[in-house]
Amino acid sequence: MTTAQAPHRALGLTDAEFDLICEKLGREPNATELAMFSLMWSEHCSYKHSKKLLGKLPVEGPHLLMGPGENAGAVRVGGGLAIAFKVESHNHPSAVEPFQGAATGVGGILRDIFAVGARPIAVLDSLRFGELDSARSRFLAARAVAGIGHYGNSIGVPTVGGEIYFEGPYEQNCLVNAMCLGLAREDRLIRSAAAGVGNHLVLFGASTGRDGIGGASVLASAELGEDDDSKRPTVQVGDPFEESKLVEASLELLEAELLASLQDLGAAGLTSASSEMASKGEVGLDIHVDRVPLREQDMEPFEIMVSESQERMLCVVEPERLEAVLAVCDKWDLHHAVIGEVTDTRHMRIYDGGELVGDIPVPALVDDCPMYDLAPAEPDGQIYPAPPRRLAEGLDAGETLLALLGSDNVASRRDYFEQYDCVVGSRTIKRPEQAEAAVLRLGANDGGTGRSPAGPPAGDAGPTIAVSIDGSGRRVAADPYRGTIGVVLECAANLACVGAEPLGLTNCLNFGNPEKPHIAWQLERSVSGMADALRALGVPVVGGNVSLYNQSGDGPIYPTPVVGMVGSLPDPTVVAGNTFNAEKMAVALMGPFEPSLAAGELAKLRGEELPTRLPDLDLSLHAEALRLLRDAVRDGTVRVARDVSEGGLATTLAECCLGGVGAKIDVAPLVERLARDTDPGANADAAAPAATLTEQALFGEGPGGFVIAGERDALLELSSRARRVGFLAIGVTGGDTLQINGFNDGDSSSEVATAAGAAGILKEISTAVSTIQRIHAGALAERASS
Amino acid sequence: MATRFGIVQFPGSCDEVDTLLACSRVGDAELLWHKDPDISGVDVVVLPGGFSYGDYLRVGAIVRFAPIMEAVAAHAADGGLVLGICNGFQVLTEAGLLPGALLPNQNLRFTCRQVDVSVVNADTPFTRECNEGDVLSIPAKHTTGRYFAPPEMLDEIESAGQVILRYAPGENFNGSVNDIAGVCNTERNVFGLMPHPEHAVDPLTGSADALKLFESLAAAPVTGGAA
Repeated sequence: MTTAQAPHRALGLTDAEFDLICEKLGREPNATELAMFSLMWSEHCSYKHSKKLLGKLPVEGPHLLMGPGENAGAVRVGGGLAIAFKVESHNHPSAVEPFQGAATGVGGILRDIFAVGARPIAVLDSLRFGELDSARSRFLAARAVAGIGHYGNSIGVPTVGGEIYFEGPYEQNCLVNAMCLGLAREDRLIRSAAAGVGNHLVLFGASTGRDGIGGASVLASAELGEDDDSKRPTVQVGDPFEESKLVEASLELLEAELLASLQDLGAAGLTSASSEMASKGEVGLDIHVDRVPLREQDMEPFEIMVSESQERMLCVVEPERLEAVLAVCDKWDLHHAVIGEVTDTRHMRIYDGGELVGDIPVPALVDDCPMYDLAPAEPDGQIYPAPPRRLAEGLDAGETLLALLGSDNVASRRDYFEQYDCVVGSRTIKRPEQAEAAVLRLGANDGGTGRSPAGPPAGDAGPTIAVSIDGSGRRVAADPYRGTIGVVLECAANLACVGAEPLGLTNCLNFGNPEKPHIAWQLERSVSGMADALRALGVPVVGGNVSLYNQSGDGPIYPTPVVGMVGSLPDPTVVAGNTFNAEKMAVALMGPFEPSLAAGELAKLRGEELPTRLPDLDLSLHAEALRLLRDAVRDGTVRVARDVSEGGLATTLAECCLGGVGAKIDVAPLVERLARDTDPGANADAAAPAATLTEQALFGEGPGGFVIAGERDALLELSSRARRVGFLAIGVTGGDTLQINGFNDGDSSSEVATAAGAAGILKEISTAVSTIQRIHAGALAERASS
Repeated sequence: MATRFGIVQFPGSCDEVDTLLACSRVGDAELLWHKDPDISGVDVVVLPGGFSYGDYLRVGAIVRFAPIMEAVAAHAADGGLVLGICNGFQVLTEAGLLPGALLPNQNLRFTCRQVDVSVVNADTPFTRECNEGDVLSIPAKHTTGRYFAPPEMLDEIESAGQVILRYAPGENFNGSVNDIAGVCNTERNVFGLMPHPEHAVDPLTGSADALKLFESLAAAPVTGGAA
């Protein structure tokens, strides 16, 4: 055998790692042991390239019940209830087989949630694909969305929110991140540490087959290449029906207090589940692979140990409770088997028909994987190519606005999200597009069945939570540090818009190959930005996931940190909507908004190259603006709130008109503020900066901007409190047209406006609300299905 | 005495607790287990939405063989009230308790949408608290909801007044024949509909329009099933 074919290399281990394994064992590993090591020492399971960095993130908070390290983190939401939540990626499987890849991504994250004793109550997703011009991207997007819907809908968990964007760098390597929230009584959260020498190890759920063998190492921890079709068998196949029974059985077992601990089988299957349980419990486990219910004959011990067959759970049961546990499994028609027992050896011992086929010290498998320092190096310039130009030359402001509204990253996502059941569970107060964040009530839902978890009595809405998931690729690619701060701020902004206070955050860091210095630099800067933003907001990380090696022969994806935040709000009947819903409301732009055309949607449509830096921002000011907005929504001052995002202020205003009520807006106050902030000596050509300033005001992007509407007097009162964080009265709602002026009114007192008008570049925007609705609603459906 | 609702829980049911909650607003409600054929004391049997037994064969096709279904059929034969929602509707057509069949949506995919349906027949135990012409806003969510009946059967259904709910103009996304959203049997004690009334009983979660359907059931005289 040549070195190139050495089995450990084929399994993704380096020679040095293999030598270390031999040292830890005092001998060479056999095939079963090597397979187990290759998975547990993969990036996916060991976080060997990211663990050190993740230590920067804050993990303490007043509402935190369970932090990183468990199957999912959890926060306290009041009424004795807890929300467990986590986001996870299933990128590479989805790039290879999008329907099953995405479906099993949902299945996996659901299991993480009920493994901690929480009933899954909501799913959100964050998706990235290549541009929709590409047949491959249309296919991947359509099938991944169908897969998510298939699993979530079939299992009766609503998909309440999410995001989907299309950018060239995701063409080969799409991103499918799924987040799940679960509800539990605080005192019923369960950890996964195995305990009690002599206790039984029970595997229940689906039978074990050859599907998904080596998924964690082969798919998740290596770059995508041309022979990926041959990896298709490593993608697992999901069965939501099996999982729905598994949820009910698991929660019934926990409710009856029959389990000592519970763990789901995800990446690296039985190997990871069992060794993590043993490691946390500081015990050993004996596992008899011949007792595992199989769906295929003649599976090798290593195959049984590493299979990623879905819909399986592992639990530790005291001998006297075994009978009751198996009865619950029988009730739900689930396979079950006592496959081993807890020992005091601190070894994983694998037996096949009584013969010892693997013997590994637990710490060697779980803790001794070498941790690598990244070698970050900032690249000399922008590493991503400029996107193709999509916008005609010489468009006026109104035409530009409509082009943005109908563009793939701005147009309505309805065509995708209406493939998801968003109402099952009777908790959804705000559905997709009805507010900036999904809003869910937590009480009154067990209907007196005693079905876990029992909530407050019927009729009581119980605590109310809001949840949002957000990510950015392009802005993080432009500036990993400030871009990532923007991602955290946007997620917090979405919660603030519905009056929610953030309690905790989960993250999924989707990056390229960390062994390359510029990717390491992106990762390092991004995590630093996330840490700084979270400290400023006082929000802890409760857990998450890292997905590295997201690149193909075409290069790396845009670095894409995705964050999901859960917040609480006091009154489910006082939640700001995100469209104008009454005439004659005052409209204001609030917050420390510094719009910039850099890395925005307009720049993308114009085919401009990404910059290498985004504007600086004052985090304390942003945190204060979020607090002020949250309070103003809660006390009813702000009835409509929408954060300024893709396409800038004009696009956001147009989106506010989607409910059918128009507005008359004057952006002169913003243009003038931008003019004051700009160094007058910076550019000698008066017309150019004037045009630029106007475009910046209308289409510039950046964190911290909110379009709000409310009663005139109430907003006036808010303006005095909000002056420090930025507050500009910009208009009034009403009519069936969106009019935006203030940049060409010919008012000679406004030098900037006159100059822009004179340059002939821009004229007043006056667009029928019906046109806005039509373009926003129809564009994506047409593009995605063609 | 309050009307007693029994909601059958099959493996793969999704909306059984939502339905239980909705029924609890107007009467007593309990979950019934698919393996337990004893449904004595239940006035109204509800077959909830979801994907019973995974719906891997053909939607609603396997439930027919569930131990409880014989009792449900007997309850219906006795004149007892049976309501089938979404998957429950599919099950009732598969079991021959309702005419017609549900086919895949014309867009061939799962679609979740708030739809307006109008009450065509208010003279049934399911709609007696409504007025003819009432428009109800109710979510519909399914992959297989295109109601179909062959022309002769359709004529019979229509002329016998068995169509209870119709999608309002422009709302029939699944392509149902004659915009039919819900039908009953000739005896008018078995009713199936694709939209989910249990998700339209509270303004906080979007609409309370369908509460009238449950109130109708609670007000209906009990004609069978009850001991």
